[in-house]
Amino acid sequence: MLLKKHHIVEKNVFVLILGIFLTIIIGGIVEIVPLFTMEQTIEKVQGVRPYSPLEQAGRNIYIREGCYNCHSQQIRPFRDEVERYGHYSLAAESMYDHPFQWGSKRTGPDLARVGGKYSNAWHVAHMVDPRAVVPESIMPGYPFLAERKLNFDDAQAHLETLRMVGVPYTDEMIEAAKADLYLQASEDAAYDDDFLARYPNAATGDFDGNPEKLTEMDALIAYLQVLGRMVDFTTYNPQMNLR
Amino acid sequence: MSTKVEKDQVSGRETTGHEWDGIKELNTPLPSWWVYVFWVTVIWSIGYWVVYPSWPTANDYLKGMFGTTNRTQLHETMNNVAAERAPYMERLAALDVSEITNDPELLNFSMAGGKAIFADNCAPCHGTGGSGNPGFPSLQDDAWLWGGSLEAINQTIHVGVRWDANEDTRINDMPAFGRDELLERDQIEDVVQYVLNFTNHADDKAAVSRGAVVFEENCASCHGDNAKGIQELGAPNLTDAIWLYGGDKATITETVTNSRRGVMPAWSGRLDEETIKMLTVYVHSLGGGQ
Repeated sequence: MLLKKHHIVEKNVFVLILGIFLTIIIGGIVEIVPLFTMEQTIEKVQGVRPYSPLEQAGRNIYIREGCYNCHSQQIRPFRDEVERYGHYSLAAESMYDHPFQWGSKRTGPDLARVGGKYSNAWHVAHMVDPRAVVPESIMPGYPFLAERKLNFDDAQAHLETLRMVGVPYTDEMIEAAKADLYLQASEDAAYDDDFLARYPNAATGDFDGNPEKLTEMDALIAYLQVLGRMVDFTTYNPQMNLR
Repeated sequence: MSTKVEKDQVSGRETTGHEWDGIKELNTPLPSWWVYVFWVTVIWSIGYWVVYPSWPTANDYLKGMFGTTNRTQLHETMNNVAAERAPYMERLAALDVSEITNDPELLNFSMAGGKAIFADNCAPCHGTGGSGNPGFPSLQDDAWLWGGSLEAINQTIHVGVRWDANEDTRINDMPAFGRDELLERDQIEDVVQYVLNFTNHADDKAAVSRGAVVFEENCASCHGDNAKGIQELGAPNLTDAIWLYGGDKATITETVTNSRRGVMPAWSGRLDEETIKMLTVYVHSLGGGQ
């Protein structure tokens, strides 16, 4: 019987290597093949766009500070989740996220649709001292974000790198990256049709209550304010993507 | 070292035929119950592939016997929920927000629903139970910036305050009298004394009367001649000792100098009409409803 023949594999290094090789191939196929079906898996929806340079900078801070340790960004298709947070997250909504921030740990609430839910002033107050607005919160304060000047000198390079992994930044976007970074946090952005065409639905204006200085707080809030707002769910038809 | 496979006297099992320094190894098989369970799970997995969605195919995937998906299940669940709520929701949709309170059953439904919706969406700024936070108004008192009637509350929730994305949003802009150099520094100090005097906190009586003139010329058009505020303009009453940002001298001076621009998101589009009506009824009940 075959089970009695294992000593052949154990005593022949080349047979063993072949066996290992076959095992890895099967494992690899199971993990890799689904990636080839991404085109069909990701919903075709309107509105999802690459992050603006300021949002991308905020996203980097989100990752740097480890926000994902306590906050997920994925509303799962269950009643309790959609009644609390809104429409369940679509794959398309995070297709330009590198790396994605879905997460699985919810010490704090899910943030997939936090954009537009609170005012900028609330975010500042909350980030400086969470207990000031939510007494029962156990989130640490991040007051230093309001002090620290935003350092994103490599905005252009950053966007180019993201383009290499498939985020459709245009030449125009990359060209204007540095200018857009400052523009978005100014009052002018709301009237700048070129900027709004590049990044529709972007929250604009001063975010941190200090128009004099572009801080990390500005960037982080710009990022939070766009989360979940790219797809217009008042016109989205979920029947298209039941799977 | 290899020796002969032999039968162990104590256990009655065969040895593996290996020996190290006189120590031999028993060839004990896996417990049979374990092996059976293993094979059952293998067979189970095949059944699972048949019943539930499993393998990807060239352009699609195997959908399983019932075409089960989380999203379909969710839509079924939510349809059932909607059907359960329908009798109430239809009445909520048909009634004007001011009429809901006349229907005890609907009022109960709205209060229970409104409470949950408030906790999810409003409490982070307005506080649990609407107790307010500095910069975020209390909803339990009688001071209403934009009106405390059911209709006014309903409208405010719909359009928000200074929420640029909503074109009907409630908006006013208090000038930054200091920053934009509309008033001199001593004029600001005077008018602050005048405002403090409403609650008997002024410490310079001469400044109060000078401040009255400054107020008349600069503030009365919005806050009213008697400083009791004008709700249509969203200008707060300054005489009631209720302060959104703080009523001490330093805070009022800061308000006059730099102005304030509180923002509330518009909930229209995020919450549906009936939900906003329920929320309105709940907020109105918190203590300050007019």
